[in-house]
Amino acid sequence: MIRFSHVGLNYRRTAQAGGIVSRHADATALDDIDFDIPEGGFRWLTGPSGAGKTSLLKLMYLAIHPTNGRIDLLGTDTAKLDRRGTALLRRRIGVVYQDFRLLRHLTAYDNVALPMRLARRKEAHVRADVTELLRWVGLAGRLDHRPDELSGGEQQRVAIARAVITRPSLLLADEPTGNLDDDQAERLMHLITSLNRLGTTVIVATHNLGLVARHPAPVMELEAGRMVRHG
Amino acid sequence: MAKRAASRADRIGLRAAMADRLLPFMVAAMSFLAALALAGSIAASALATHWLSGAQGLITIEVPNPGQPVAANGPRRADAVLTLLQATPGLADAHVLSRQSLATLLKPWLGAAASDGTLPIALPAVIVAHSRTATPDPATLDAKLAGIAPGTLVESGASWAARLEALTDSLRASAAAVLVIVALVAASVVAVAVRAGLAQRREAIEIIHGLGALDSDIANQFARRAMRLAATGGLIGALVALPVLVWLGRLSASFVASAPSINTNPASALASALPPLLWASPVLFTVATALIGWVAAQATVRGWLKQLT
Repeated sequence: MIRFSHVGLNYRRTAQAGGIVSRHADATALDDIDFDIPEGGFRWLTGPSGAGKTSLLKLMYLAIHPTNGRIDLLGTDTAKLDRRGTALLRRRIGVVYQDFRLLRHLTAYDNVALPMRLARRKEAHVRADVTELLRWVGLAGRLDHRPDELSGGEQQRVAIARAVITRPSLLLADEPTGNLDDDQAERLMHLITSLNRLGTTVIVATHNLGLVARHPAPVMELEAGRMVRHG
Repeated sequence: MAKRAASRADRIGLRAAMADRLLPFMVAAMSFLAALALAGSIAASALATHWLSGAQGLITIEVPNPGQPVAANGPRRADAVLTLLQATPGLADAHVLSRQSLATLLKPWLGAAASDGTLPIALPAVIVAHSRTATPDPATLDAKLAGIAPGTLVESGASWAARLEALTDSLRASAAAVLVIVALVAASVVAVAVRAGLAQRREAIEIIHGLGALDSDIANQFARRAMRLAATGGLIGALVALPVLVWLGRLSASFVASAPSINTNPASALASALPPLLWASPVLFTVATALIGWVAAQATVRGWLKQLT
């Protein structure tokens, strides 16, 4: 269960001129966001650029704190979490970032293995799961390649594999099909919907309305930081 | 597969970071200085112990005009003083130095005249005694002896020993302060290297943090690396210091040894050139610098991570 209750998010704007940093009034990124997503739910998150989609996802993967309101993630009030509790909750959340956020000095295999290793999984299980998943996303021959040796689409598939390798309770994806061809995008959606059927709550932020049309599910639409549609 | 295993052991790419390459050498320099400070402290203690064993409890009494009687038909001044000293509680082994012993002591200053009786002045009698306890108080004894034989001088080794002890204590305290300062500088060097590594790997750390790494997961990665580098430096510094310490030990042996060394076996001579604590310094310093590296890295990384949500 994910519940946002009257959540607001302000960013403090600063400007620098002639070595002087000046602060301006806070910029509102999200305003009075209120919604529930049941466990195992699927939501599309849409809206124009700058509407607040990425900020909403950041709140959900605990990268930032809300300025006001309350967020319950997977049954936990996030305001009550200490650092350890926050880290452990993050392990239950898989994230596909718009910019992939792969570790450049690690191979595709090690990037995907990272969440399992952080969770102290046995190396034999890591090897089996990572190899299988990378084969499934079409990267069986690219295990030992580093991100800068992979194409944009391949990097995106590595990022997706890393997000789902631990079968997270919540999967958040920010434009996950942006660098994929139609075939790969459909394979990815097949993977995401399969995880969703197994109980993972999924939220996918996208501009691709064709993709939304092909995979009907409730839509949360943001506009200028406000939720203008949910359902 | 080798590529994978290597990166698994180096999850956040510390091996690739350049910032800590100088760390072992800087810690080695600190370790070298610490070894010298420790050796100085031990040497000061040994010298003080040796010198104090001779000086402490020794009382020297000079009796001018020792042959004159203290009163008409009375004993000679030297005999009267000796009798009083022998009867004083807390004093033992009071005896008059023979003319020959006295001449031997004075020969470096007075030449042959000290022994052949041609000196134009009369030498005082010198009485030596050992004090077993803090009593008698030298001032009280001085007054008592002056009552019998005016002009008698009492010189106690206790006051000289107290000054020597104070000097030794301050030398030991200075050496301890140097060790503490060296440890703090080593910790600072580790902290600076770790901060440079953190700055260089900021993006990777943020990603790993976002994937659910605990602060301890990240801090341990840095601490293990810092510990290995600092321990290497500590060992190198202590090993480099050893030959210097052996050389200094041999130079100072004559001040400490009560008799010339009769050890002709080179291995035994080398072993006895330093006290066991200094021979153990490579092990001690390796452990100490490893600990400093671990603690400094943990504190630095955990403090730095607080800026991440």
